Order: sequence, then structure tokens, then C-alpha cells
Amino acid sequence: MEFPEGLKYTKEHEWVRVEGAAGVIGITEYAQGELGDIVFVELPAKGRTVKQGETFGTIEAVKAVSDLYAPVSGEVTEVNGALEKASELVNSEPYGGGWMIKIKLGSPQEVAGLLDAKQYRALIGK
Amino acid sequence: MKRTAFYPLHQQLGAKLVEFGGYEMPVLYTSIIEEHKAVRQGVGIFDVSHMGEFEIRGHDALAFLQRVTTNDVAKLADGKVQYSSMTFEAGGIVDDLLVYHCGDHYLTVVNASNMEKDIAWMRANTAGLDVQITDASDRTSLLAVQGPKSLATLKKLTSSDLASMPYYTSIRATLAGTPMLLSRTGYTGELGFELYFDSSASVGASVWNAVMEAGKEFGVKPVGLGARDTLRLEMGFCLYGNDIDQTTNPLEAGLGWITKLDKGDFVGRGALLKAKADGLTRKLVGFTLDEPKAFPRHGYEIRSDGRAIGAVTSGTISPMLEKGIGMGYVEFSASALGTPVHIRIRQSDAPAHVVKLPFLER
Repeated sequence: MEFPEGLKYTKEHEWVRVEGAAGVIGITEYAQGELGDIVFVELPAKGRTVKQGETFGTIEAVKAVSDLYAPVSGEVTEVNGALEKASELVNSEPYGGGWMIKIKLGSPQEVAGLLDAKQYRALIGK
Repeated sequence: MKRTAFYPLHQQLGAKLVEFGGYEMPVLYTSIIEEHKAVRQGVGIFDVSHMGEFEIRGHDALAFLQRVTTNDVAKLADGKVQYSSMTFEAGGIVDDLLVYHCGDHYLTVVNASNMEKDIAWMRANTAGLDVQITDASDRTSLLAVQGPKSLATLKKLTSSDLASMPYYTSIRATLAGTPMLLSRTGYTGELGFELYFDSSASVGASVWNAVMEAGKEFGVKPVGLGARDTLRLEMGFCLYGNDIDQTTNPLEAGLGWITKLDKGDFVGRGALLKAKADGLTRKLVGFTLDEPKAFPRHGYEIRSDGRAIGAVTSGTISPMLEKGIGMGYVEFSASALGTPVHIRIRQSDAPAHVVKLPFLER
């Protein structure tokens, strides 16, 4: 299983990739594996503000539905529209085409409190 | 946690394992949707050895089964299988089960999660009868081979005439060199068979591998409990613990067809006669969501005119219909086919309507 070094992770299995003042958010390879076939991802509208730890969407897999938790706070500036027709991208490319939202970081210091790849691996025992 | 004889194979195949009914069982191997479609279009093999098998023997075995099950066991001829339920005195369901007439004895097959409750309850209802109940679960492996290509797969492995077996019958057969009880039964709605045999790991591996080899040309896949659930739900089959339990009775669950109130006395009959005479207050119905991407889940409210009229007991996306399907109890007045309802999904009401079961014609 792959957990890229440059990303930061949450205990709820989201990742965030910091790109300057922005953060791109998705779920980890481990999370997609646990969920199985993903059939729908419900994401917030552009412009909405999310708070760290808050639910920002839901993910429907065949066997269950799960909440998505914001790893950092900020305003949603982009939503991955491709997931509307191809939610399986979250399964096949969790760190690439399966990204979910991009936000303008509201409190950049939050990033330091997240897990790095090694800590995340330790958390899930992989 | 218990493991079945097939545990090493599940591990080798990279199955995702979960606790179910006290067993460590495969929920999926690759993908629920792929496994589901393999069963609908080709053939799949399921380890369902977690199910409980009790042998019922004695002079009064028939009288005993008449007492504890709701279907009419007097109508069950040698070599036939019957779907049935057991009810508490108050009419709630103890379990649903299969009853096999095996000539000199009967075999009942119950849900893994209910095994201990069932056997205790059955033994508590033997007063005055010559009957012996033996728990054969630990010495019995159970594989289900299901799908339109199940017959073509299995007939390569046995000289028994599987093709002429009617639905819900069983035979003694030797398949892949292994003596077994083989029935034309299943929980998928497809042509399919269930195989009961010795639970040693070596016998299990030889039967499993033989089926996988014979089914190769049909794209056979191992199928986990995830697809077992979506397959049964497409057929509107009840799952104990979700759609039926001790708080529901078989009449409101749509199991009137296995509840023979005129067969003579049985445990729960009085309460069921009363429930019938009083009229049902609610009914288990199937519904489909009108919008794509709205998926019902266990526990969601079923609403009408802005108020709750019931709750979802089972819900998923149907891999074949590619839409949300579910079952749940609703007030009797809302149970007619075509009735529009809403399913409360998070903060919004998604339109749905009551449909005929099964969801999928077979």
C-alpha cells in the first residue's frame, strides 16, 4: 500500500497535499480499500467554509456510507467534478484522479498537527 | 473467533476478513460488484460454513419440528428441503432456517449468529417427545456454488444427475471425490447448489480447488459476504437481524407462505392467529429510490406526508439495477405497491416508491 511522503494524514484516513496557500484533500489508499466499491461521493459546494474535523461530505460504498472529515480548515475553492460520473477514481487513484476538494488554507498552522506518512502507517499497522 | 476450514484459502486469496456470527469470514476478495456480477452472469463459490447445522433424530422428530417450526413438515418428503421459521410464544421470530428431510433424520440449517440461542430454544421445547438434537456445525463445511453456470461447473465433478434436481431438493452425492449432502438451494435467486461435507481443512481445500478448476472456463470467482448480502437483497430475501428478529412476526415480514396456521399447533401459533385476526399494523415492503445516487441504509427513516411511517431494515445500491433498493417496515396503509414514500438520507428526503419483490426478475 502506498502512502506518499509529501502528504499529511488524519486518523480518519483523509490526506492533504499542501500547494502554497492551498490544500488538496482526498482519502487514503487504505481507506478506499476498507470501503470497497465507491459508488457516490457527496462534496460541498465551492465557496463553502469547512472547519478542521468537521464533516465536509459523505462517501457511499456498496456496503456502507461514511462521513468525510476536513483535515484542515478553509474555504472550498475547487471540487473534483470528475467524481460525479466516475466515483471509482477514488478506488483506483486515491492520491491522483480521486482527489475530492481543494481549499484555501484558513489556518496553515493546522497542517503541522497532522500525521506524516510514517505516523499514519503506524496508526493503521501497515 | 472461530475460523472455517477455508480460512487458509481466504488468506491466500487476499480476502478482507471480518467478524460475522462469531466467525472470521471473507466480506470480499476483490470487489463486491465484480463478485455480485460473477454470480448473476457466471458462477461464484461462497464459504458459508459459519451457518449452523443441527441433526434432528428420534421417533418424534417430525412432531418436534411441527412444534418448533411454522411451515408444515408433514408435507416435507424424503429428499426435499423446506424454508421455514421458528417463532417465540409471543409470535416474534427466533430464526429462519432450512429443514432437510434426510430419510432417517432431519437436518436444520440456521443462522450463525443465532446458533446458541436456537439450540437452547429447541431443546427447551422437547418436553414429552423422543427427539435428539445434535449440533453438527463444527464437523460440517458448507460451500454454496451459485450462478447460471453452477450446474455446468459442478456436473464435471460428479456422476450424480444434478441437472434433473428440482429446486429445494437434496441428494447424497460424491463430488470431487468427497461424499456430501448436496441440495439445489441458495440465497442468491440464481440456479445454485449448496454442498455439506466434512469440515477438515484438507477435504475443504480439495473440494474448493476442484470447483475453482471446473469453473475456470466460466470465470468462477470466490464471493464474500458483501456480495451475498447484495445478491439476497436484490431478491428481497430476509436477513435475520436486519429484516426479521424477535420483535417482528412472520406475517408482517411477508413470510405468511411459510407460516401454516392450519397445520396444527406450534409454538407462537396463538399469537400469530391473534395478529392475523386483529389485522396487520405494519408490513415489510421493498422500495426503490427514484433518483440516482440516493442509497438507503439500515435504520434510515421511511417517511410520508412529512412524518415517519417506518424504517429501513436493509438497503444498498443494486449492482444490477444500478439504483438504491431497500426493504423496511411501513404502516400497513402505506404498504400497497406503487405507494410513494420518502427515505430520509442525512438531512434530505429522497423520493422512493413501494415495489413488488423481488427487485430483480429471475
